[in-house]
This record gives sequence, structure tokens and C-alpha cells, in this order.
Amino acid sequence: MTNKLTRRGALKTGAAAGAGLATPIVFTSNVWADGHTGFTNAPQGDTVTLGFNVPQTGPYADEGADELRAFQLAVEHLNGEGDGGMLSTFSSKALEGNGILGKRVEFVTGDTQTKSDAARASARSMIEKDGAIMISGGSSSGVAVAVQGLCQEAGVIFMAGLTHSNDTTGKDRKANGFRHFFNSYMSGAALAPILVDQYGNDRKAYHLTADYNWGYTTEEAVRSSTEALGWETVAAVKTPLTQTDFSSYITPVLQSGADVLVLNHYGGNMVNSLTNAVQFGLRAQEANGKQFEIIVPLYSELMARGAGENIAGIFGSQNWDWKLENQLGDRYSGTNAFVQSFGEKYGFPPSQAAHTCYVQTLLYADAVTRAGSFAPCAVDEALSGFEFDGLGNGPTLYRADDHQCFKDVVVVRGKENPENEFDLVEIVEVTPVDQVTYAPDHPQFAGGQLGTCNNGA
Amino acid sequence: MAVTDNQPTYAPKAQSAARAPGLTKRDWSLMILVVALVALAPILLNPFPTDSSLAQFNAGYPDLMQRFVIFGIFAVGFNILFGLTGYLSFGHAAFLGAGSFAGVWMFKLLGMNVLFAIVASVAVAGVFALIVGYVSLRRSGIYFSILTLAFAQMSFALAYSVLTPITGGETGLQLSKSDPRIFGEQVAADGNLPVTTLFGLDMRDSLIVDAGAWEFVFNAGYYVCAVALIIAFYVSIRIFRSPFGMMLRAVKSNQQRLNYTGLNPKPYMLATFVISGMYAGLAGGLMVSMDPLAGAERMQWTASGEVVLMTILGGAGTLIGPVLGAGLIKYFENIFSKINKGVLETWFSVFPDGLSDVLVTIVYPFVGKGWHLTLGIMFMLVVIFLPGGLVQGVQKAATVFRRDRNAPPVEGPAAERRAQAEDK
Amino acid sequence: MDAIILQILNGLDKGSAYALIALGLTLIFGTLGVVNFAHGALFMIGAFVAVTLNKVLALGFVDENAEATSVGGFSFGGAQETLYVEHWFGEAAGGWISDWSVPLAILFAIPIMIAVGFVMERGLIKHFYKRPHADQILVTFGLAIVLQEIIKYFYGANPIPTAAPDALRGAFDLGALIGFDPGTIIYPYWRLVYFFFAAVIITGVFAFLQFTTFGMVVRAGMADRETVGLLGIDIDKRFTLMFGLAAAVAGLAGVMYVPIAPPNYHMGMDFLVLSFVVVVVGGMGSLPGAVLAGFLLGILESFASMREVIDLVPGINQVIIYLVAVVILLTRPRGLMGRKGVMED
Repeated sequence: MTNKLTRRGALKTGAAAGAGLATPIVFTSNVWADGHTGFTNAPQGDTVTLGFNVPQTGPYADEGADELRAFQLAVEHLNGEGDGGMLSTFSSKALEGNGILGKRVEFVTGDTQTKSDAARASARSMIEKDGAIMISGGSSSGVAVAVQGLCQEAGVIFMAGLTHSNDTTGKDRKANGFRHFFNSYMSGAALAPILVDQYGNDRKAYHLTADYNWGYTTEEAVRSSTEALGWETVAAVKTPLTQTDFSSYITPVLQSGADVLVLNHYGGNMVNSLTNAVQFGLRAQEANGKQFEIIVPLYSELMARGAGENIAGIFGSQNWDWKLENQLGDRYSGTNAFVQSFGEKYGFPPSQAAHTCYVQTLLYADAVTRAGSFAPCAVDEALSGFEFDGLGNGPTLYRADDHQCFKDVVVVRGKENPENEFDLVEIVEVTPVDQVTYAPDHPQFAGGQLGTCNNGA
Repeated sequence: MAVTDNQPTYAPKAQSAARAPGLTKRDWSLMILVVALVALAPILLNPFPTDSSLAQFNAGYPDLMQRFVIFGIFAVGFNILFGLTGYLSFGHAAFLGAGSFAGVWMFKLLGMNVLFAIVASVAVAGVFALIVGYVSLRRSGIYFSILTLAFAQMSFALAYSVLTPITGGETGLQLSKSDPRIFGEQVAADGNLPVTTLFGLDMRDSLIVDAGAWEFVFNAGYYVCAVALIIAFYVSIRIFRSPFGMMLRAVKSNQQRLNYTGLNPKPYMLATFVISGMYAGLAGGLMVSMDPLAGAERMQWTASGEVVLMTILGGAGTLIGPVLGAGLIKYFENIFSKINKGVLETWFSVFPDGLSDVLVTIVYPFVGKGWHLTLGIMFMLVVIFLPGGLVQGVQKAATVFRRDRNAPPVEGPAAERRAQAEDK
Repeated sequence: MDAIILQILNGLDKGSAYALIALGLTLIFGTLGVVNFAHGALFMIGAFVAVTLNKVLALGFVDENAEATSVGGFSFGGAQETLYVEHWFGEAAGGWISDWSVPLAILFAIPIMIAVGFVMERGLIKHFYKRPHADQILVTFGLAIVLQEIIKYFYGANPIPTAAPDALRGAFDLGALIGFDPGTIIYPYWRLVYFFFAAVIITGVFAFLQFTTFGMVVRAGMADRETVGLLGIDIDKRFTLMFGLAAAVAGLAGVMYVPIAPPNYHMGMDFLVLSFVVVVVGGMGSLPGAVLAGFLLGILESFASMREVIDLVPGINQVIIYLVAVVILLTRPRGLMGRKGVMED
């Protein structure tokens, strides 16, 4: 037993050691008698506890709140309450609405604060105090990578929430971690052909990149994909995370000879940089005889809402959109089922962050059920190479080599005249999964090893 | 930006006694109290039975107990600088961060023994503090505060971005199986990353005692941190009671007068700053010893601000105040943030439906995602009603129960002086 | 050349925001001797006054022939609404009011911010004049958290886009007006508006302090509070007014900042540290120093973000403000224009 991070995996002692303490102690028999199942936090009794670790304070709090709504919904559906959501469309029929392996699903929540330290502290408390057997959620890659590392060490499963950096399933991939969300490479690969189609193959791009890991991988992905199709990259400038006014980064763009601006920004950075770029009239300009264009590789509904009318006509990519099935048919079945149960419960459609969290919870529960065990290594085996459908993204593969999901990528564009605040983007096209698939040892993902799965104590 | 404080400096009477200059009887009782509290924390912090609905408030699990102690060390060190000299550093988190990075690098390069990390953390933080202190101490008051803030913010910004190869940037600095670790195994026998140890004692080892409905976890890592805290606390008392400490108090009360006596306070100040920085480094080293990952956010101004708040909240200039302040803030962060609507509904389910809904609606904004709000309100309440910080509160409560009401309280003088500062 | 002029414009614009916030902060520092960590929150509240007005004006009632987007069996919004403001004032006037909501918010922000300032000073800050600065930090920091959490409770954490009036949206060719090649210096209207607005406010505050008896007394109070008190002048009352004024300046800076970057609940904290740096670099107790430092740091920040500069010194854009602060404080012990003995112990 080298790994004793958790209370379940610790040495067992009777109350004798507790004798002489201030509180009078009534001796009872050891509740761990049947708990020695060989893995961390093996569920006791008739319930199983999942840990949902999302940002509840800080700039991503609203995204975290949406993730939490989806988790609650997933738990209801797993426990057989509500309308069952995607359980009816999911290609695997192992889940029956009686919890997981007959154990009722309970959950604990925590605040990541979008800081790797706080996220790990929160996850550790779920594992050590609450006996969580799986951790999920999160809204940034820094947090995802940090918590994934922790879960690997602790011997619990990590089902990543919203994390888009290549690193999560690239250089920092872990056997106990799984990502359903797409990544920077896929954004680049999905966007490039459509951008060339729309804007021509002789464009000159100027990148503004958030100066941290996710920004680097996104810039690299978009650059290499667009350059492969004939675009030229004029310049790439890194912007500080804490920047709120991007004017001084935007004014040089027009004079650089570029005719496309790529904003490798997320969250508040993206809202501000896009607002500023539009304010400086970039989209009203012509450069090199062409209309100047702006691209945001990773879109989210909340960012679109924050940027308001500035997103009109701006291209970007998404993991999923709530209108998919309505507009593109039943290849994306599951979408409507989810949107309907989410909408009925909360009164508005779910975001892609909510979707990925919901799906991850279902996928975990399904894997446990098919494996017949909560042991992380059993779950790992059941999820690795698992092919499924009916969860809103069309046929999907959880690749064994890096625990990344491969599925179609949605390319969207900001609507010119949105009818309401939930319908801000239109689906332009869906890039099929083949075009966004890459080799597990692709240079953008190099240097990582899954390692062996860890059951913990 | 000093705590204005011109009261005569408190000098323990026993210091002049024949006994070796050092701790007074009262200091010893405080020391014993701290040792007892720290040693029994796993029991004291788990007052509620594991299966009761109030178990939510139990804080006796390894991660949080470690954090209490580690941030306690951080705050005690900060208080040596701020409490004694009145110099308010707003960049102390930079030393904690630098120590953390040094610690993780030791795990990567040398091996998993926490001693490597702790020694390196303290040393690196000390050197860093020497540089920052040498420059910043050329100014005083708010100019000093802003200089330290500027250094810390620069460290954070660079660590998060251009220094990513050294610091890990956004994702933090982590161990990897390909690290050299010349004095240890690269990969543990079970194929996972090796874990931190103290000469073979696994930091994650716990002894779990089942005592009826209660369950107490005695964690090896926690006790390593606890020993560090006790040593750190003892050193802090010694500094407070030493001639060196007297000198620092003199700096605080009137630096000019000190200059006129022909004494140069600069070397004393710098020494204090470095000691204080080394405390922060020790905290950083322990932090990565318990959980080997170091994120750049540790250096951000909010982290520096947090230790300032911990110290003032507990009672600046008192010995134990900073530890209490650290505990309270970390408690809110880790316990209150985890109370969600479902938990509230369970608590209030004893009431009739309508009433329970009302109660949930009233309480909900203050817990879970609203834990910041509660923290903010608590800051205000404490500072309004307890000008001497939590220590004053404890002291007030203690007077009620004490038989000998005239006996001076353990932490009395410092808290009283702070309370009096209001009336000046 | 044009690139440099553009960066100077950017710098002046950023500097305007820094200077306005720092000005209020210095007023409170200088007059009341209070370290106000809630000053950023005042800026944020100002911004949310504009957001609220905008939201109120966007209230409407649902028309009969509403069309909803539906998915499966569930439908979302899509209702065509008629705005109350258009219903009451007619479409033309109502439309104009909605369009100009941000400038109009100034009218509401002034009384609201002064009231907020009064309440803060009388209810809380007043009791902390004689307390150590550390206590002031703790209590105002707590207040800042409470204020921003209240805003978060009502408005969420996501930024809220609020546009400038149509006529002032977008950019125009400033270069052509001042003799450059057309198309080289294109600048947004609103940013110029912001700059001139800041200039007017700053001038106004200085004129007020310089040319009115009230201002004279306050300046005297800043220099020597005790003596002014001994002269039988009720300095406390004036200081309350100064607090209201400082709050109003911060609030107005916030109102007008809304179209530049969509506001969110923690924007105050984002500006707080920066504005402290500005104040200290300018020199404690000096109003001109704060304004000068604001513009100086704004311009230097802009230049440091140019590609040519970053290529030369990687990461300089991350640290420039703090680096300049360190250099200035080491070469000029009391900042640019600081007075001896203010906040030095």
C-alpha cells in the first residue's frame, strides 16, 4: 500500500487507540470490515458519492453554475427521476435508472475558483472527507490538468469538464482521466477548411494569444491548420491573462498587412478583445483588397452573451450546440432529449459546458455498470476504446491511447440578429470526425504517457 | 502603512529574571496550549459524528488540517515582520510561491524525501527575500508595501506566462515519470508516480481511529507539518522576546529616534524580512510536500492579501492570532464553499415544507457559491467589534470564565494595545 | 509614426481610467487618511448603474404574435416585445432614450454614487479614521467583497454587454483630420469621448478644490487637519462631502467605461491594485501626481504591448507597470509628486 491519500485506504485500528481521549467513546465494531475492496473510496452501503468540482466564484462562476445544473440533472436521471433525458437515446442500454450498480447516486460540490491550488484542495476534500469515487467538472485546462493529476495519484476517476487545451489528453494525459470535450487541435482542423472556403486561401492572419498554456496550444493548432491550407501568419502576439483593455494590441493589427485577426482568447479575455476589435472598426475595414475578418477558435454561449452584438458574423468552433438535432437531423440524437429535460427544469437551453458534464456523468455511470465494478481500472477498461452514440454528438469514440473523445466538431458563426439571448450563434457546418482525428503521437500532443491506471489503496 | 502604535513596548517581566532569557511562564503555557491543540486537532476538528448532517462542518480531514497548519506557519512568519516592525508587505506570497517551485524541482531532480524540498524551499525563499527586501526596505510605509506588491505581481505574471518551462504556467509545475530523481525511483513499483516521504514515512499514511459514530484520521503528513508549526511558533516566540525583537519594536515605535541613538536599523529590518520570507518558503515547501504541485496563482496579489487578512483578522502583533486567522479563512474557503442547496434542504427538512423552503432561500446566498459574501461580512464584523482581532474575542470570552479575573491574559498586552489604538 | 501616435492615444485612454480612479483614491487618502480597498467596488457600482438603466429601458411586454424557438416539446423565448419606454414616449423618443442609455446613466449615477459615498463614510469609514491602517484595509476589503457579491447575486458573473449610442459606435479616421494619410489612424469615437470626459472631470475636480472656499478648506485640511479643526471649522462635514465626491468620480469613470469593456462583478478588484500603484507612483497626497502617474503608466503600458518591444524583451508587457513603479519609487522616494511624511510610517 503505497498510496493512502484517502480515508478508505488507510490503516485500520480499533477504538483502543482512541482511548483516553476527552470525548467518551463508545466502542463499536469496525465499519471497514467489508470496505477492503482494493480501491479508493469503494462505495459503502447503498449509495455512491460523486464529486462535482466547478468554479463557483471568479469569472467562470456562471459557467460553473451551468455545469452544476447539468450534473444535478444527470444524477436525477441516473436515479430514475425526471424524464430520463439521454438515457433513452444512449446507444448503451446498461443504465436502468436505478442508480449505479443499484446504488443510489449522491453528490458533493466544491469550488475550484479556477485556480489549480483551490481546485486540488476542493477535490482532495471530496476524496478524503466525502469519499467521492469520481471527480468531474471544471472550466479551464489549468484546473483540469491539476485535478486530473491528483485523481491519478489518489486512485479515483476524473471525468474532465470543459477543458480545451491539447495538454489535457496530450502531454499531461493520465490513465485515470477522461475527456469528452474537444481540443485545440480539433478546433483548428475543423475551422481551417471552412475558413478557406469562406474567406479564400490567400489570407494573412494576425494572432492575439492568451499568454498561458491553453493559448499556446490553440495558436499552434490554428496556425498549423490554416498554414497547411495556404494562409500566412503575419504575426502572433501574446497578451497577459489580466489584460482588460486590448486597444494597444489591436491598433497595430491593421498596419501589419494582415486581413484576418485570430483571437486565441477565452472567457473575459475573449469578450474584451472581441469587443475592442469591433470597436476599433476592424470588421468595417478592407485590407489587401479583402474584407477584414475576425475569428474566435473556441466559442462558448456565455462568452457570446458577454460580447453581445459584437459576435455577429464571427466564426468559431464548439463541442456541441443545443440546436444540433433540430437543424442537422437525428445523427445528433440525444440533443433534443437533453435540451428538453434541461429546459423544462431550468427554463433555458443548456450550454456546451453543461452538455459535456452531463454526458461525462452518464458515460462514467455506464462504464461502471458495464464493468460491474467501481474500481478505476475496471472503469478505465470499460471506457477505453468505447464506441457510443446517442449522446448528442453523433457516433463517438473514447480512444484508448489518450482517453480523448473523437466526434464531429461544430463550426458556428455569431448571428447577425439574434432573436433571444439563448440563440446567439448559428451552426454553419459540422466537420466530420475523420477530419479532426489525429495520431496519438501527433507532435502537438507529444511527450505524454497515460501510464497505468491507479486503483488507489 | 504601519499599525500606529506608540504605546510603551511590552516587555515580559521574567526576561530580567535569573532564568535563561527566553520564554516567560505565560509563553510556556501558550506554547503548551498550541502543542495540545495541534496534536489533538484531528479529534477537535471532527466534533460531529460522521453520519450526522452536521458532519459537513467537520474539518478533521488531512488536506484541510495540513492547510490550517501550513497557512498558520505562513501567517506566523508574516506576523514577525508586520507585527513587530509594522512594515506591511503586500507581496509575501511570492516567497511562498518561489519556495513551492523550488520544492517541486527538488522532487523532480533529487528525490521524493520531503527534506530535500523543505530545505530548498526555505533557502530559495530566503535568497529571494534577501533580494526583494534589500530593494524594498529602502522605502517605508506605503511605498514599501507597493514595492513588495510590485515584485510579487511581476513574479506571478512571469511565472504564469513566459517562465512556463520552469513553472508549468497555467497548469502548474507537476512531477513526471521522466524526471531524473537521482536519489530515488523515477516510477514507483506500481507504475505510478512515487509519493513524498520522510525517510520512508509516506506522507499520505493515515491512522484511522473508529470511535463509535466518530472517525478520526491521524495523518503522517499532517504531523510533519504540525511539528514544523510548533518549531516555527517556538522560534517566533523567541524572536518576540529577544533583544532582537525589542529592536524591531523600536523600529516600529520611532525609527527616527532609533537613528539618533546611533543604531542602524537596516540590518535588523533586512534580517527580519528574510526570516519572514523563509517562513513563507517553509510553508511553500510543506505545501508541495503534502501535494506535489505548484501553481503560479500562489504568487498572485490575492494570495499576498490573504495572509495580510489572516494576520489582521487573528490579531496582528499577537503570537497566536495569525494562526487563528489562517484557520478561520481556510475553514470558510473549504467548508462553506461545499454547502450546496441539497445539503441545506437536508438540514432544514425537519421543518415544515414552507418554512424549510424559506430557510433555504435565506441561507443559500451565504453558502456554496456565496461563501465569499460570508467571508466579507465576517471580516467587517470582526474588525468592527473586535479591534484586537480574534485573539481579543477569545480573551473576552476567557475573562468571563476565568476565576481570577485580574490575572493578565496570555495574549493580553498586544491585543489590548490594538484595542486602545482606537481610542487614541 | 502613426503606430506611435496610435499607442499614445491608447495610452491616454487607458490612462484616463487609471487617473479617474486614482484621483478618487487620492482624495480619500489625502483628506481622510483612509486606505480604501473598496474604491474599486465604487467604480464597479458606477458601471452597474449604467447596466441597470440599460436593462430597465429594455423592459417590455410581450406582443400578441410572439414566435418562439422550440426544441422537442420545449420552447425558449423568442417573444417579440414592445418596450415600455417606447410605449410611453413614442417610438422615436423612446428609441433615442434606449440608445443613449449609457450617457443618460450619468444623470442617475451622480446622485446614486454620492449617496453611496455618504452612507459608506457616515456608516462605516467614519469609525475607522483613528484606527490603524491595517484595520481600514480589513474592513474596506470586507466591504468590497460584500458589494461585489451583491452585484454577482443579481447580475451573475458573466460580463454584460452594454453598447454606446449608435452615433458614437465604431471608429473614424482621426488621422485624416489631423493631416495624416487616410486610413492610418483610425480610432473609436467612444474612446475619444472617454478621454475628453475624463479630462473634464479631472479639470472640474481641480477647479473645485482650487477656486472654491470649500476646496480651500479641504486643501487646508489635507495639509493640517488639526489646525483647521482648531480654527473652528467643521472639517468632518466637508470630509464627508469629499468622500461623496470621490465616490462620484469613481462611479462616473465606471459608467463611461461600460461600452469599452463589458462590465462584470469583479472589475473593481481588477482595477484596485493597479490604481493603488498609480496613486503611490504619483506620490501620496498629491492629486496632480495621481493624474500624471495614471497617464504615464497608461502610455508606457501601451508601448510595452507593441510587438517590436515584446520581441526585444519577452514578457515586458506582463510586468511593465510594476517595473516602472519599482524604478520610480527607487529614484524618487515619494513617487512623482509626493509630499513628505504622508503614509510613510
